[in-house]
Amino acid sequence: MEQAVIELSGLTKRYGEFTAVSGLNLSIRAGEIFGLLGPNGAGKTTTILMMLGLTEPTAGTATVCGIDATRNPMLVKRRVGYMPDDVGFYEDRSGFDNLVYTARLNGIPLQEARQRAEQLLERVGLAEAAHKRTGTYSRGMRQRLGLADVLIKQPEVIILDEPTLGIDPEGVRELLALIRDLSRKDGLTVLLSSHHLHQVQQICDRVGLFVGGKLIASGDLDDLSRELEGGPSYLVEADVRGWTPELADAIAAIEQVTSVSAGDADALENAAVSHEGSVTVRVAGTADITPQLASVIVGSGAQLIGLRPTRYGLDEIYHRYFEGGDSRERIH
Amino acid sequence: MNAFIEKLRRPAREAAASGTDKATSPFWVMVQKEFGDHIRSWRFVILLAIVTLACAGSIYASVTALKNGQSSDQSGDTSFLFLKMFTESDGSLPNFLTFLSFLAPLIGIAIGFDAVNSERNKGTLSRIMSQPVYRDDFLNAKFVAGLLLIAVVVFSLGFLVMGMGLFTIGYPPTPEEFWRVFVTLIITTVYVGLWLNLALLFSVRFRQSATSALSGIAVWIFFLVFYGMIVNLIGSVTAPSNPNDAAAILHQQNWLMLLNRLSPAYLFQEAASTLLLPDTRTLNPFITQDQAYLAINAPLSFGQSLLLVWPQVVAIVAETALSFAASYVTFMRQEIRARS
Repeated sequence: MEQAVIELSGLTKRYGEFTAVSGLNLSIRAGEIFGLLGPNGAGKTTTILMMLGLTEPTAGTATVCGIDATRNPMLVKRRVGYMPDDVGFYEDRSGFDNLVYTARLNGIPLQEARQRAEQLLERVGLAEAAHKRTGTYSRGMRQRLGLADVLIKQPEVIILDEPTLGIDPEGVRELLALIRDLSRKDGLTVLLSSHHLHQVQQICDRVGLFVGGKLIASGDLDDLSRELEGGPSYLVEADVRGWTPELADAIAAIEQVTSVSAGDADALENAAVSHEGSVTVRVAGTADITPQLASVIVGSGAQLIGLRPTRYGLDEIYHRYFEGGDSRERIH
Repeated sequence: MNAFIEKLRRPAREAAASGTDKATSPFWVMVQKEFGDHIRSWRFVILLAIVTLACAGSIYASVTALKNGQSSDQSGDTSFLFLKMFTESDGSLPNFLTFLSFLAPLIGIAIGFDAVNSERNKGTLSRIMSQPVYRDDFLNAKFVAGLLLIAVVVFSLGFLVMGMGLFTIGYPPTPEEFWRVFVTLIITTVYVGLWLNLALLFSVRFRQSATSALSGIAVWIFFLVFYGMIVNLIGSVTAPSNPNDAAAILHQQNWLMLLNRLSPAYLFQEAASTLLLPDTRTLNPFITQDQAYLAINAPLSFGQSLLLVWPQVVAIVAETALSFAASYVTFMRQEIRARS
């Protein structure tokens, strides 16, 4: 395993009675994009603040780039760029001025600060609006300016808190592409928090699921699927006409199949038109069993109308983890 | 032990090594920016307009008074004529000193009341705090920029009044008079600094800038209007029952004086008027008959006047330091989140 850039161990934060983050252990490797996923109020922002030394943890340590963030926040802040959710700028100054100001706060001489600001504005696609007041910027533009603002100090790690919040789908796509580009080309380590599963799914190498102050699972998608309690990682839906219980047994007999359930096509789950007399079978397995399934069904003489391999997405995983959980943490 | 000390030193050294030599320190960058923001803001223009009008008015009033010979001094004494421009009035408008002591707090409050909470509400605070700047630098920069601005305003107004006076009465100040005015302006700056600090404290404490502005104004009005009334009330309640008991009366009066001097407005009034009215020989309301009889009826020298107001100045600085400490402690312990 490569050296971890962010290492959290036993990180805990309590506000009076309420525990915002409890006993968090997490390590993030250099150059990866890590998604911190959780509902609102799960403690994502608090965790990030502790990583930057903006909040003191009640217990545990946060080490960033080998530096204890609580003891030496200044050194950490030199190397880490942080974009808060709903980032704000000095509204009566231009985007360019805002960037230069940030750069100078980082001890970059004026001349160089100007150059970098121009380059970055070009890179995030704000070159034309560079000298407009940020008060006139749209939400998406502000977010992109925020990204430039984070990058101007040339950090090793960037932490983005809800970077896609409140932007239109096209803007989200562009922003995510930009973030991935940064990570791949510049070798930046990116930590982003979000409650939008699909966006995280698109660009993150690894994901941590965060609920009620606890990290309940982390890893890439396959890891997460596997970590699900008895969780199958592959799911195939088949529409079959002429369904018989014997067929079900035959399918269940296939190696690696863990469960078979038959029922009417679920209108919520898929938009496929339910054919007359057909039954939708959901077969779960530990490996991709689509070919075997097809041959068994066809071999039994039943009519195979549709076959849809469904990979467990984060959505499913998210639901799995959160279903049945009380909604207390959503209140905060 | 050595290793431990080395370990303690290391961060500082690393910081020194990584910081470029030529770049300005973040603190001065922040001061520059704050100063620029203030000067460009509408609020500053409005404030400047109010204060300038007040000064022009008071100058007019005092010049009229001087021309009509309405001076309280009936002997036609022209000593410190230049200083009288700041303290005399024909009655139509308050004099310069009164205007200044009245408006100075307003300048401080207007500059400081939204210093921290507006940044918090606009979401810039968390962004700035995630840069490698110390938290106290942020607060210090706000204060220093504000104070610099105040100094510029106060001094330019003071010199403007001096210049205009020179122009209209054609009577040049002596060096002593000049230094008296100069020191008064310094004290005014410190006094406005106190109000700036108080406003900063409120802006740290209250999330809404309206709340913090209102509390600043409330404190201002309290000290300006009600505090004296309350002290008088206490005075009449605690008046000694035996009017012949001189010691008791003295004691009680001393207490009242102390209470009065808790108010920064009172302190400023005392300090400034002593400096601008060299005839003021003491700030103590009680002098024995011997003292009154034996005292030479002559104005105090500049050094002696300064000596007389020194405790007042120290008290104002102390109150400033207290409120700064309060805002410091509050700010350092606050958690900074985006827009909350």
